[in-house]
Amino acid sequence: MPQPASRTFASFLYGRRGFYLSLLLLPPLLWLGTVYLGSLFALLVQSFYAIDEFTARIVPKLTLATYRQLVSHPANVDIILRTLAMAVAVTLTAAVIAFPIANYMARYATPRMKAFFYVGVMLPMWTSYLVKVYAWRLVLAKQGILFWFVDQLGLAPVLDTALATPVIGGPSLASSYLGMFIVFVYMWLPFMILPLTAAFERVPVSLLQASADLGARPRQTFRNVVLPLALPGLAAGSVFTFSLTLGDYIIPSVVGAPGYFIGMMVYQQQGTAGNLPLAAAFSVVPIILIAIYLSLAKRLGAFDAL
Amino acid sequence: MTPAIQLAGVSRLFGAVRALDDVSLSIAPGEFFALLGPSGSGKTTCLRLIAGFDRPTQGKVLLDGEDVTDIPPFDRSVNTVFQDYALFPHMSVAENVAYGPRVRGVAAPERHRRALEVLELVRLRALADRAPSQLSGGQKQRVALARALINEPKVLLLDEPLGALDLRLREEMQLELKAIQQKIGITFVYVTHDQSEALSMADRVAVFCDGRVEQLDSPRDLYMRPRTAFVARFVGSANVIEGELAQRITGEPRPFAIRPEAIEVLAMTEPPPAGALSCEGVLEDIHYHGATSRWHVRTNTGAVLSAVRPESAPVDGAPVHGSRVRLAWSRDSLVPLAER
Repeated sequence: MPQPASRTFASFLYGRRGFYLSLLLLPPLLWLGTVYLGSLFALLVQSFYAIDEFTARIVPKLTLATYRQLVSHPANVDIILRTLAMAVAVTLTAAVIAFPIANYMARYATPRMKAFFYVGVMLPMWTSYLVKVYAWRLVLAKQGILFWFVDQLGLAPVLDTALATPVIGGPSLASSYLGMFIVFVYMWLPFMILPLTAAFERVPVSLLQASADLGARPRQTFRNVVLPLALPGLAAGSVFTFSLTLGDYIIPSVVGAPGYFIGMMVYQQQGTAGNLPLAAAFSVVPIILIAIYLSLAKRLGAFDAL
Repeated sequence: MTPAIQLAGVSRLFGAVRALDDVSLSIAPGEFFALLGPSGSGKTTCLRLIAGFDRPTQGKVLLDGEDVTDIPPFDRSVNTVFQDYALFPHMSVAENVAYGPRVRGVAAPERHRRALEVLELVRLRALADRAPSQLSGGQKQRVALARALINEPKVLLLDEPLGALDLRLREEMQLELKAIQQKIGITFVYVTHDQSEALSMADRVAVFCDGRVEQLDSPRDLYMRPRTAFVARFVGSANVIEGELAQRITGEPRPFAIRPEAIEVLAMTEPPPAGALSCEGVLEDIHYHGATSRWHVRTNTGAVLSAVRPESAPVDGAPVHGSRVRLAWSRDSLVPLAER
């Protein structure tokens, strides 16, 4: 009896699992390979080129000159340290805020409440990023709603003291690092809450009961069981908040003090300054920082519970 | 003697559902006590109340004479072996076992020494440095047991601890648990839905049904003298005869139980033994169980009775599938039941 062609093709594939698998994987792998890794590689190569100072042309010869330029200028080092400090502060704050929210969502919320929280966390992400940043500039302005609200609460002196603090302060929240920090935390908080919630959901409640049953007080259960098991989620979330802060150039250019950030430098170097190799070298900095961060996290055992 | 555990008029409501309904029982020190019942009967809720993971809506829980109703689990001298073992995945076997001493502030070398000692008791000392994920089900079970025992609790609670193990391992662990309990002499409260497990291990068994204790007795009394139809069916897989059929057989409408092994299946040509009670029916089904087989007979009233017949009985002349048979049993083997 002749078999339909689709059937013979199916049995042909059934006998050749490896071939079948590669057939399925080839298109997405090509996409990932060329578009993601390929462009990353091009970026990396670019950073090892340098620009000819007289002709302003890129010389396609491998050299460390650009990196030397990157680290020898104190201003560049300042930019890197400033961005790094902001990323660390944003990540820590996001983690502290996200922890109780994620714990509540994963363990205590009723299904209805949980759905409400998920929508609440993700809804801001459905709005345009630029709109939110500009909205924040108005919120944080000297005549903005936040100042008004703080004033109504009678806390204006507290805010004034904060703004008078060197480095983080400024004439208003909209033109200070403190304001920029608030906007960063607001923007990236969902990226911390979601993986953390997923991590909490994977911890069976019987583990917490077992800990209490064995005599651990809630504080001890938190330190010995909850925290270690939430670490992979915390690591995942912090990679998001950390790298998003390291690479962003819109928030620092719309809100906050005039100091440069890595993202702004990349934008400027590849655009107006026309120094692509230096822009590429600046882009490599976050990659290195994240790599260092991940290896530290691994050494601290963040992924042991995976 | 003060009971190790006492429940006094304990009820637990979840919304309108009564998971536990006015349960009172007391468990003596050193006793192996089983809470037996189908799922949803309240036995696990009862265990959770004793452990302190949950609080009763009404009533009191006493441990060693002390009212612990409002005391959180970490302040009760009770430890639990969880159904899913609940081993900490990020700690080694020895660290898991040493967890109790650790949170009580025992120094690292001392608690490690004690953990190894307890692991010796459950014959797992060699695996002390493994991760829980590298253990088999039976080994995890033993680690969970060791982790609870290291705290020398007054009472050990076991929540269907052998539920996830295969039959052979389960029987092995039953013997081992019983041996450990006798060796260390602490009170065991054992939740199970497996009646043979409860009967073979426990000193006394409380049978739960719909949030109430249906009967509390020694295994032998439960099996031989069930008081209600539920206990007769659940514990002994006994035939419960009620209504018209009961009237026809015994002359009174009161329900009674008859255990399958007390029923003799006879061909219609054989006369029933003198003084025996009997009824007739059609042999509908034969279930082979190895040493015995279980025969299902549909009586004239429509009720199905089952009889157990040893496989060693002669095959010649035995009734065949679909034939009419006579069921006979002695009057002594009737167990009168309470009417509902």
